[in-house]
Amino acid sequence: MKKFTQITGVAAPMPLVNVDTDMIIPKLFLKTIKRSGLGKNLFDEMRFDDNGEEIADFVLNKPAYRNAQILVAGENFGCGSSREHAPWALLDFGIRVVISTSFADIFFNNCFKNGILPIVLPQSDVDKLMEDANRGANAVLSVDLESQTISGPDGGQISFEVDAFKKHCLINGLDDIGLTMQKADAIDVFEAKHSVSAPWI
Amino acid sequence: MTAKTLYDKIWDAHLVSEDADGTSLIYIDRHLVHEVTSPQAFEGLRAAGRPVRAPEKTIAVPDHNVPTTLDRIDGVVKNEESRIQLDALDKNARDFGVHYYPVDDIRQGVVHIIGPEQGWTLPGMTIVCGDSHTATHGAFGALAHGIGTSEVEHVLATQALIQQKSKNMKVEITGKLAEGVTAKDITMAVIGKTGTAGGTGYVIEYCGEAIRDLSMEGRMTVCNMAIEGGARAGLIAPDQTTYDYVMGRPHAPKGAEWEMALAYWKTMFTDEDAEFDLMLTLKGEDIAPLVTWGTSPEDVLPITGVVPHPDEFEGGKVDAVKRSLEYMQLTPGQKLTDIAVDTVFVGSCTNGRIEDFREVARIVKGKKIKTGMRAIAVPGSGLVRLQAEEEGVAKILSDAGFEWRLAGCSMCLAMNPDKLQPGERCAATTNRNFEGRQGRGGLTHLVSPAMAAAAALTGHLTDVREM
Repeated sequence: MKKFTQITGVAAPMPLVNVDTDMIIPKLFLKTIKRSGLGKNLFDEMRFDDNGEEIADFVLNKPAYRNAQILVAGENFGCGSSREHAPWALLDFGIRVVISTSFADIFFNNCFKNGILPIVLPQSDVDKLMEDANRGANAVLSVDLESQTISGPDGGQISFEVDAFKKHCLINGLDDIGLTMQKADAIDVFEAKHSVSAPWI
Repeated sequence: MTAKTLYDKIWDAHLVSEDADGTSLIYIDRHLVHEVTSPQAFEGLRAAGRPVRAPEKTIAVPDHNVPTTLDRIDGVVKNEESRIQLDALDKNARDFGVHYYPVDDIRQGVVHIIGPEQGWTLPGMTIVCGDSHTATHGAFGALAHGIGTSEVEHVLATQALIQQKSKNMKVEITGKLAEGVTAKDITMAVIGKTGTAGGTGYVIEYCGEAIRDLSMEGRMTVCNMAIEGGARAGLIAPDQTTYDYVMGRPHAPKGAEWEMALAYWKTMFTDEDAEFDLMLTLKGEDIAPLVTWGTSPEDVLPITGVVPHPDEFEGGKVDAVKRSLEYMQLTPGQKLTDIAVDTVFVGSCTNGRIEDFREVARIVKGKKIKTGMRAIAVPGSGLVRLQAEEEGVAKILSDAGFEWRLAGCSMCLAMNPDKLQPGERCAATTNRNFEGRQGRGGLTHLVSPAMAAAAALTGHLTDVREM
């Protein structure tokens, strides 16, 4: 997994609430058997019209935001399906941070598995960052995971919370499976016990 | 001893290890796999040279991509990408030696329908699948939830999952349901109350007389949409209805093991003094047949209502509602029963079980669907299809004008040939009314099977109580 330590980049505003996984990556593009190459279809139905032409007023089509690395989003971002294609598409496009007041549970977890940092902040902080993000190419934010801070274009700082284990994995680019494999003995012991107490399983 | 909720009990019984910060490793009893979210996971195993740790606890079935038309029997999957994905599952299932129901097996169907049908789903278990509607299996008092593809690979490799424990939420539905009101209306009513983010961070336990009175099919419908309320999982404590459903199924325990399992399952309930972090109570009598008007499952109203005005909402929802109404081509104040529909879809993991088709048959028996209407009924499994045919249900539907299809996810998510055209309006028994969910530009109204049947007859959203 790609390590995450610090990102400085343009933040794009997407204030719409309940942005769902069908919006992030329509099901049409779930037929791939790969993880890569989904960036071109990110937000496909919002980004392109029926003829495949760009919709000019969609935020990521605006010149200032075409290389955005950060999304400042409305509440309940990523609701809907469990498709990991959603974070894969964001990552492939270049988005490494999503900031919102809340995220859907499965999407939130999927982000951490792919080197994307989802940040939950109170409404007042998100409102402030949304304002910053509306400054176009000047909407540059710096996100530092080690110190858990976001620095705005005016030099102001906002702190955020992150689960210690998830932070550790992101900073070191650690693969969960490798970590769990180190606990194989504990799984063996559990499994042996479980098969005696619940042999029907 | 501390009083525990049902969720606490299942969690504790599957805890392999727990770190000081609460990060826990949970053992997984059943892993269900379908073709869309698994290819990258199996590829990851191959790259690392890892086997599937417990192939005997892993069940694979193709459902999202499969065509539901009868020509599929000839092995025709016309879409190249779909075919590649189906072939990948076929190869992965055989290479890694997991249980597998291929497309031409009578037991094939939507993953969340066949798990319970085959007796893989049992009370007290932990069940995961790379699909958010895994919550369905919670109807048996199993802790069941969706996971992403990285987690699919993690479970394939380790039979365990890294988790943080959720909080406990209790949703009680008291009393009796009124005539024409079904399990689908219960689950939509709850989402209407909590919103799509109201359950985030929680596992919901549904209880109360109206829940107890439901069949297993109805309970599965209720738990299926727990995810639409944002919850990690939905649960219903097992009881005699559960045991009766499970007994005799192919993979259910038998003989002495059945007795042992039953004794254990009877301990799977929330202790009297257990505390919930959040509680919601609805009166069964107050729930009306519901319909969605917008593009979020929280946009529900009784069928007797009118399309709302954006001004009735607050915050970010105002703009979301404006966008929804424009997308849905609806005007504030418009009566919901005045909304004409082009298509009716009955099926999916939400409402693709035998009881759902019986309900439709009860309403359309001896009648014809509105001229020009497209009505599609897609059984959730080959065995549901067979049963509906043996009971005469399929014939009633066909005689009324429904297309009677083969099993699959079908028009719930438009990953297969069944989809809406832009501007086509559908009354669907599915779970999501997102923009483009049933096909780009398609307009979805979520309803119960009974309400779908009523709409098929009249050509517009209709109060089934007046039929």
